[in-house]
Amino acid sequence: MTALLKVEDLKVAYGKIEAVKGISFEVNEGEIVCLVGTNGAGKTTTLRTLSGLLKPTAGSVTFDGQPLVGVPAHKIVALKLAHSPEGRHIFPRLTIEENLQLGAFLRSDKDGIEKDIQRAYDLFPILGERRKQAAGTLSGGEQQMLAMGRALMCQPKLLMLDEPSMGLSPLMMQKIMSTISELKASGMTILLVEQNAQAALSLADQAHVMEIGKIVLSGTGQDLLHNEDVRKAYLGED
Amino acid sequence: MHELPQQLANGLALGALYGLIAIGYTMVYGIVQLINFAHGEIFMIGGFGALTAYAILPTGTSLLIAIPVMIIGGAICSVAVACAAERFAYRPLRSAPRLAPLITAIGLSIALQQLVWQFYPDAKKAVSFPEFTGPAFKITENLAIQRADLFVLILAPLCMLALGVFVQKSRSGRAMQATAQDPDTAKLMGINTDRIIVMAFAIGAAFAAVAAVAYGVDKGQINFEMGFILGLKAFTAAVLGGIGNIYGAMVGGVVLGLAEALSIAYIEEIPGMQQLGGGAWSNVWAFVLLIVVLLVRPQGLLGQRVTDRA
Repeated sequence: MTALLKVEDLKVAYGKIEAVKGISFEVNEGEIVCLVGTNGAGKTTTLRTLSGLLKPTAGSVTFDGQPLVGVPAHKIVALKLAHSPEGRHIFPRLTIEENLQLGAFLRSDKDGIEKDIQRAYDLFPILGERRKQAAGTLSGGEQQMLAMGRALMCQPKLLMLDEPSMGLSPLMMQKIMSTISELKASGMTILLVEQNAQAALSLADQAHVMEIGKIVLSGTGQDLLHNEDVRKAYLGED
Repeated sequence: MHELPQQLANGLALGALYGLIAIGYTMVYGIVQLINFAHGEIFMIGGFGALTAYAILPTGTSLLIAIPVMIIGGAICSVAVACAAERFAYRPLRSAPRLAPLITAIGLSIALQQLVWQFYPDAKKAVSFPEFTGPAFKITENLAIQRADLFVLILAPLCMLALGVFVQKSRSGRAMQATAQDPDTAKLMGINTDRIIVMAFAIGAAFAAVAAVAYGVDKGQINFEMGFILGLKAFTAAVLGGIGNIYGAMVGGVVLGLAEALSIAYIEEIPGMQQLGGGAWSNVWAFVLLIVVLLVRPQGLLGQRVTDRA
């Protein structure tokens, strides 16, 4: 079976500073693959490169059989690779409904878009109740729901989520994590970046630990969850 | 005070002109945070483009028929120059420090003036522009509206209305709002932000061409330097209204136009201020108004405080 996403020896630099120093991994259809690691490990840089916002200095990325390196960001979305960015980045002065419509910017099937907006409201009822409200007035957790809902609007084959639990209350975090496992159950392929390693690893099929731009450890989510080093470094255990 | 209605009408017409030009500053700033100091020259080139279009028409064409042709001719020239400036001068500097595109804009402004001065026939001095002839429309005893003023007073609201509908309702308008609020995320939605930026420059340039025709038919002449002070005033209007806000540009323009007209008429009637009134001081009062507004409302009349970029 060929991987949906194949990253090979990817290197990314900001000026002279190399943030990602040659990483390789794959994401198979239907899997949740998780990147964990501390701040500055290069996780967000990796996602921003995959979605075309940053240009790699070396390496190759293949998504659904097509090379991604050099393709501009707005054309990568058209290949059905969705990216819900770190810090949520909803459009604050547009309404919730307008944010969701923008997620479907490249689609022209009006009825299908309407149906998918309704699906987002079913997934996150609070968004439906506030559909006419400016997105900037939502709480952090609600904004996260909107960012995820918006990313789903392009009918992605691969959904990339960057720190979906960042800054959320434990209750809200649970809600987001359970939505991620619901999405997986419905067959969605997900590349998840998280600092909350415990929650992320328990959802992940495959996981990679990143440290200063490199993958230092790989395995199944369960393997890493029970790995001594990981427990010490990321789960706060002695 | 019996001339007040007349002064208000004059101020409104002047303000509508400022507002039309101010749209160009505010749209470009709203999307790429660049003060396009060459926009005054885009306006000027719109005027010369319109004049060229007029020259092509058979002599004796009625002005009412000529004006749409002049607007189209002016807009073709101004939009072409604005898009070329974006593509070749500003886009390569998009990730450069802010000062670089700003200085480029000033250089471009001088270069465009000199190019017109050098190469447009007879442009080394003011060139005459077809003018509205015929009497003003007398509304009341104290109010008569010049044909050229009526022209801009009808056209400016129509342009604003069209722009408002475009931005709020169309797919490209929505994409434009998204790009202004968060360009990287707009790309993640599949929006070609480069195209949106070109569109912002083009719309601003087209509005400037409309303003240039309105200015020409009012004054009866145009010149290669006219973009400087009008551009500066329009920029002031954009800041006054809240830069980045399209409705703010028009509101700022009208407030500025009214302030100028009223200062010309009434400042000298204030005891002790005879020397500070009249046309010679109107620019001073315009900028005093700007300073006062910015002291009280730094974000401009309709501007938003930037708090939502958490």
